[in-house]
Amino acid sequence: MRLPHWLSAHLAALRALLVLTALLGIAYPLAVTAVARAPGLSHHADGSPVTAGGRRVGSALIGQSFTGADGRPLARYFQSRPSAAGPGNGYDPAASGGSNLGPNSVVDRGPDRPSLLTQVCARSRAVAVLEGVDGRRPYCTRDGVGAVLAVFHRDGVTGPVTRVVSLNQGCPAVPFVAAYRGVPVECARTAEDYAHGVVTPIRGDAPATPVVPADAVTSSGSGLDPHISPAYAKLQVNRVARVRGTTVDKVAELVDRHTAGRVLGFLGEPAVNVLDLNLDLDRTYPYRG
Amino acid sequence: MSPTSAGVLFIASLMVALAAAYAPVGDYLYRVLTGARHSRVERGVYRVVGVNPDGEQTWSGYARAVLAFSAVSVLFLYVFLRLQNHLWLSLGRPPVRPDQAWNTAVSFTTNTDWQSYAAESTMGHLVQMAGLTVQNFASAAVGIAVAAALVRGFARSRTTLVGNFWVDLVRVCLRVLLPVAVIGALLFVAAGAVQNLSAGRDAHTLAGATQHVPGGPVASQEVIKEFGTNGGGFYNANSAHPFENPTAWTNWLQVFLLMVVAFSLPRAFGRMVGDNRQGLAIAVIMAILAIGSVVAVNAFQVAHRGTVPQAVGAAAEGVEVRFGVPQSATFAAATTLTSTGAVDSVHDSYTALGGAIPLANMMLGEVAPGGTGSGLYGILVLAVITVFVAGLMVGRTPEYLGKKIGAREVKLASLYFLTTPALVLVGTGAAMASTWARASMLNSGPHGLSEVLYAYTSAANNNGSAFAGLTADTSWYNTTLGAVMLVGRLLPILLVLGLAGSLAAQQPVPPSAGTLKTHQPLFVGMVVGVVLVLVALTYLPALALGPLAEGL
Repeated sequence: MRLPHWLSAHLAALRALLVLTALLGIAYPLAVTAVARAPGLSHHADGSPVTAGGRRVGSALIGQSFTGADGRPLARYFQSRPSAAGPGNGYDPAASGGSNLGPNSVVDRGPDRPSLLTQVCARSRAVAVLEGVDGRRPYCTRDGVGAVLAVFHRDGVTGPVTRVVSLNQGCPAVPFVAAYRGVPVECARTAEDYAHGVVTPIRGDAPATPVVPADAVTSSGSGLDPHISPAYAKLQVNRVARVRGTTVDKVAELVDRHTAGRVLGFLGEPAVNVLDLNLDLDRTYPYRG
Repeated sequence: MSPTSAGVLFIASLMVALAAAYAPVGDYLYRVLTGARHSRVERGVYRVVGVNPDGEQTWSGYARAVLAFSAVSVLFLYVFLRLQNHLWLSLGRPPVRPDQAWNTAVSFTTNTDWQSYAAESTMGHLVQMAGLTVQNFASAAVGIAVAAALVRGFARSRTTLVGNFWVDLVRVCLRVLLPVAVIGALLFVAAGAVQNLSAGRDAHTLAGATQHVPGGPVASQEVIKEFGTNGGGFYNANSAHPFENPTAWTNWLQVFLLMVVAFSLPRAFGRMVGDNRQGLAIAVIMAILAIGSVVAVNAFQVAHRGTVPQAVGAAAEGVEVRFGVPQSATFAAATTLTSTGAVDSVHDSYTALGGAIPLANMMLGEVAPGGTGSGLYGILVLAVITVFVAGLMVGRTPEYLGKKIGAREVKLASLYFLTTPALVLVGTGAAMASTWARASMLNSGPHGLSEVLYAYTSAANNNGSAFAGLTADTSWYNTTLGAVMLVGRLLPILLVLGLAGSLAAQQPVPPSAGTLKTHQPLFVGMVVGVVLVLVALTYLPALALGPLAEGL
């Protein structure tokens, strides 16, 4: 019996797909897996596990959060970056990813959905309080939310200003500026709709280069970033030294030892592996809390 | 060294490496696509498939083979995804839902690798390696095969035959993709990428919590994800994930891998038509567009305009510390200039104009250098349109590489160019008209429109990267984006093969004094101009409402 032409063509395609599946989908990955058992490769192939005291404490490549059960930073440890991988403090490898919030995400949509701007401002303030430094940033209020006004005009987007609301400061908060173009600024009420106001972020007088570094106030693309910048590590040295009862110089030296420069001098950025650093701290300057 | 100068060196070193690879890789591809000998393994494969490797096909026979292979691939992958819970290494994960399985099956078969799922919580290991990885190879090979058929159309005369699809498919898989995949996978493992069949293990963190560290055959998928310009990540975070892209040098290697085939194919084209200068001209066109785009993304990201980047002091949201802003920006440009769609940082969080360039890159139709194969046939179609435009200017019948560009050729080329914009703009329009499609936007205002526009642009051009804020795992987006990916891949392929057939049948015309010299700077400049003008005319209204409204 002769098969119709269209059917025999599809059967040939199916046979081709099955052959390719056997070669490229089974043989190839299994061969690579087998070769990756070789000494020197197997540690990486298994996910670069890190052990301490006989226990597996994580992976050298996967970041983790150093916060207590209450979600607050453990002062004896260097802190990782904020993370959007999973709820709470993130760093859940089953939910890798970034915040996906855009550069003009400036208006909070309720307490559970803060804007990216408010998240940045709140993190900056929290880090500043923890480290005892100046946490001011452009476009941030002193209470750590986005400094954004809804400006109402008489004729929509033109004409004299009739009303001004600080969008991210829910009542009874005191607005970050008393008046805008001569009109008193109000706090935001949950029941009201401010969609007709022109969203106007206010820069304020904070320095353009804030004391708290960029990586300390942003989440990474993976949410599993194992690194912080040398600047953020440096910011944390005083606090860690104080809590561990040692000197700033000794902790700073440890940070230097765990700072990796650019590969070949130009690939990537200098970075500090937080888990490695904290493990070394525990070994060298144990915490007696 | 400042991050900016390191970023400049990053770009410069990539350019040097790609230029160095151009001739050897292109010559190797030429030998693979034109050689007469079959290896013993290949003969075995042809025997199992039941085809005669020395018999060639007409353009319609070639097209039927491509369609049959694509149809079987989509169906096979769909069934695989639906039944994964019954197979080994499923890690106890349930079957993929029908609409998502349709979307994923089409996505990987069409070299798009759009992912509406979070891989680490959806896919078992077997479906990743024996389902998705296979299509990472096969879809890349299909692209190169179709490009080879078109080039044969230019190179041959008075014949109906454009090659044998099965031979092209098998040779590209086994002689080009597989050897690089094996070496590359081991390099990635050496850098820290995971390669095992484990479900992962729990770790007890220093802070006293439990963290589940995942496993999987990652490195073997990672390398072909880039080298075949696929882009579908083993994990949700894609190339930002430290297990996929552990170090700054793997980041460089990924950008190199995803560009090298597409940038070297013009050399193979030049060899096949018997004039290396023609190939070089095409490569230069690609390079001009690519360099412009890479520089633009870098400039916008480093300048970090916009409220949040100004508050932060850098465009650092969604960027890994080990890569930094400039080198992530280069990755973003490269992945959207090719049809890869892998991401090592979150495009949705880029500055408004920094995020607009990746979108515009895809709108170029992915020809600079484009996907493996699809980039070459895309730019050759645009070159055909350019000689037509030039012919109109001087009032003589246009010709390219000795072939007359007549009414039939121009119709096929124009339909090719119109397919993707039609899919993008109709798709985005339909989504914006639907309440539930609009509800999927994470950001509001112009940025929300950018998310939807980006999704349809990415799908129609078979890129697969995302402004990931969009909740794309809904039956609306799974179904419509699946359809857009399928039509956006197969309709252009049919038109290209039709063009190949019509060119191959022609008797070549000898060049005369009036022939436009297609290897000279004038022509290079004209193609660049035509590409930019066509894209601007097509997409400017949509871009004006999205990223331009936000960024200006």
